[in-house]
Amino acid sequence: MPSEEDEMLHAMGLRNIDDLFTDIPTAVRIPKLDLPDGLPEDAVVSRVTSMLAANRTVVDMPTFLGGGLYDHFIPASVRAITSRSEFYTSYTPYQPELSQGMLQALWEYQSLVCELTCMDGANTSMYDGSTALGEAARIAHRILSDDVCGVYVENPNFFGRFEEQLEDIRRLTKAPFVVGVNPIAQAVVRPPGDFGADIVIGEGQPLGSHANFGGPLLGIFACRQEHIRKMPGRVIGLTRDAAGQRAFCMTLQTREQHIRREKAMSNICTNEALLAVAAASYLSVLGGNGLRRVASENIRRAKELASAIDRIEAFTAPLFNGAHFNEFVVRSQKPYASVHKSLLAKGVHGGLSLGRHLPELENAALFTTTGRHAPDAIERLLKALREVR
Amino acid sequence: MSFRQAHWDEPLLIEKRSAPDESVDLSGLVPAAIRRERLGIPNLSEHDVVRHFTRLSQMNFGIDTGFYPLGSCTMKFNPKFTEELAALPTVGRIHPDQDESTVQGALRLLYELQDILATIAGMDAVTLQPAAGAQGEYTGLLLAQAYHRDRGEERDEVILPDTAHGTNFASAGMLGFHIVEIPSKEGRVDLQALESAAGKKTLAFMLTNPNTLGIFEDHVLEIADVVHAAGGLLYYDGANFNAILGRTSPGKMNFDIVHFNLHKTFTTPHGGGGPGAGPVGVKKPLEPFLPVPTVQLNGRGYHLDYDRPKSIGKVRAWYGNFALLVRAYAYILRMGGNGLREVSDRAVLNANYVMHRLKGVLDVPFGGMRKHEFVASASRVAAKGVRTVDIAKRLMDFGYHPPTVYFPHLVEEALMIEPTETETKETLDGFVEVLTKIVDEDPAVLHDSPHNTSVKRVDEVRAAREPLLSWRMAKRAAGGS
Ligand SMILES: Cc1ncc(COP(=O)(O)O)c(C=O)c1O
Repeated sequence: MPSEEDEMLHAMGLRNIDDLFTDIPTAVRIPKLDLPDGLPEDAVVSRVTSMLAANRTVVDMPTFLGGGLYDHFIPASVRAITSRSEFYTSYTPYQPELSQGMLQALWEYQSLVCELTCMDGANTSMYDGSTALGEAARIAHRILSDDVCGVYVENPNFFGRFEEQLEDIRRLTKAPFVVGVNPIAQAVVRPPGDFGADIVIGEGQPLGSHANFGGPLLGIFACRQEHIRKMPGRVIGLTRDAAGQRAFCMTLQTREQHIRREKAMSNICTNEALLAVAAASYLSVLGGNGLRRVASENIRRAKELASAIDRIEAFTAPLFNGAHFNEFVVRSQKPYASVHKSLLAKGVHGGLSLGRHLPELENAALFTTTGRHAPDAIERLLKALREVR
Repeated sequence: MSFRQAHWDEPLLIEKRSAPDESVDLSGLVPAAIRRERLGIPNLSEHDVVRHFTRLSQMNFGIDTGFYPLGSCTMKFNPKFTEELAALPTVGRIHPDQDESTVQGALRLLYELQDILATIAGMDAVTLQPAAGAQGEYTGLLLAQAYHRDRGEERDEVILPDTAHGTNFASAGMLGFHIVEIPSKEGRVDLQALESAAGKKTLAFMLTNPNTLGIFEDHVLEIADVVHAAGGLLYYDGANFNAILGRTSPGKMNFDIVHFNLHKTFTTPHGGGGPGAGPVGVKKPLEPFLPVPTVQLNGRGYHLDYDRPKSIGKVRAWYGNFALLVRAYAYILRMGGNGLREVSDRAVLNANYVMHRLKGVLDVPFGGMRKHEFVASASRVAAKGVRTVDIAKRLMDFGYHPPTVYFPHLVEEALMIEPTETETKETLDGFVEVLTKIVDEDPAVLHDSPHNTSVKRVDEVRAAREPLLSWRMAKRAAGGS
């Protein structure tokens, strides 16, 4: 029996596969790809698994890094939901009739982001928090072409400290006001919408996704109603179908690259939709109550850890006074690099060394704790800090 | 084949009965002036939440559900073993700021993937940082600008063929470059038009080859000569890589910059819109400008190299969409050089076979063969009042995701069909038969379609006229508080 390839070639009156490539001029042809031959699935799985086994995870080693990405507990239901292949093997929901599930999930994500931030509209994701900020700057520029095109403030800020002056900052300027948030902290602090923010951005990874060595992440982007037609990215709207039933679809597409081309609000096409579904699942599994508990527990634990570190002779924590969320700056008597080495030698990964980001903080690091550090992990850190020579 | 999609009258989360809010004691934790008293997120049972999203998933169509010939998007089988690998704690639960000595496995994978992608593309160096194809384009154009500036040249025109994808225009637009669009001639770049467009201001010419019509630009070396003679760079949009693996490479075609869509050819799942990954490869003269950090190997192991004085900087936080890069790496190992070539062989065979069978059913503008996709036109049925959108919607009733429609713009009533290599002849024949039948159906049936999906035709005009993007906006519009 001929193979199906042969049948297909025959149907087209061709002899072999090469006949399909005669339009590629010989001058640009290559004989083959200079890569090893393929391997069985089993062999690939073992090889990649053992290669990655050289990594030390935050499970293997108490790790006090945050600085934008956090290791929170994620209920197994979140992964069960995002592992539904109807979700993860679908494309951008261009065809709403076949894609109501993804569309409703993403619309609920938008709604939840709006609840957290007290904004009116949100998009279905940007690449990450950093590009969300970049896009916010571009939009601020579009909203107002004054000397100051925008003001950006983070709450909590990079040092983990809560920003208590949002109201005063807003009053200082008429320029578009962009606020960066940690979405979990939002459960217990007044939302930017209360302070007249125009745009809210943030890194959404804490909502149900792992740090993944830095990607994929989830850029949160939300704004007030008057700016929604300037928003970048995919946006889902509520509408009706021909029978008058509730339905969802992508909307405001005239902002986007495939319609507006070089005048588009942004070039983003593929985004981080599945992480938005993870965020919606995470927020709904925890519920408002659960999220507020997680947030307050983070604050309490970070506060306890800071005081415990501060009690150690050679360290000051937090370096900056005031209320913090789940991270804070620790200052040591010597350059932090040596502290870091000494902790690592004891199987503990300290915080984010700040010297590279801010040379004047060469002796400092940003330490983070979430609800996830078991008491013995904290104990190991404290012991290792006490033993730093 | 007939198909009935699940239909649940699934309420919104907010419409479900929520348990009461509990009070949390925030005194001593959050200063009173910024303390939040209320959060409008419902408190539901975990079981109800899982059921909610499971029902939603049943009202969604993925590549695991059925045939999804969405042109340009390369919807092919997403191998399951790569999902297992990406779920390892050694992938998920590592922090990008960890000490390099504790992430040698991850860095090694990135290093090897940089190399493999460079080999596949015929390039000299690769950055894995961009999060998607469009960000790859943005990165590539920044690299081109940095390259020209380093030579003391300020160039700000990007030339694009009319077949180019919308992101090409938008990426150039975002960077404030001027766009010079050139018309195609018989479905290919018009060399004369390119010659008159290229000049001292030309930063780059962006092209995907095969182009979005699925046609191989066989005069690509002449194109390269024209662009290079004007001092410009040639940019390869790698969305259509699925057609050329092991047959040619952007490097061999004299391109200078390439982006990959790992979520297309290298089969990381699309996730309902993302995440993807859009690495960028370049030829040697552009290497100094790559984003920081790149991954390098020295006597002490793998490390992140930030010491790149000419770098354009970062285009996003950290090193790229790592969990996707792991999937792509594993997929490439599984296929190998030989298997990847077979991918393109079969992808091209499938596309040409479907095109061959559909001739006579729909028009296929421009002669000759295609590579991994082709664009048909439904203009012949326009006379009976049937448009592409009607055909697309009707296909759903038979369990097919429609092709890409109304793109590329130069074809009227376009249906852009990309079967991919992971479909059998049986599936392709079934699709052709259904499409053949649909085209002859009573127009009224088509206009009312789809009939078998969870909702009827969706009113997209209404959604845009009165945008309701959240519970709050919907409540307010309904006259609530
Ligand atoms: C030809 C072409 N170029 C560029 C892109 C943009 O890639 P991404 O969606 O990954 O940003 C696409 C995606 O649809 C495409 O088909």
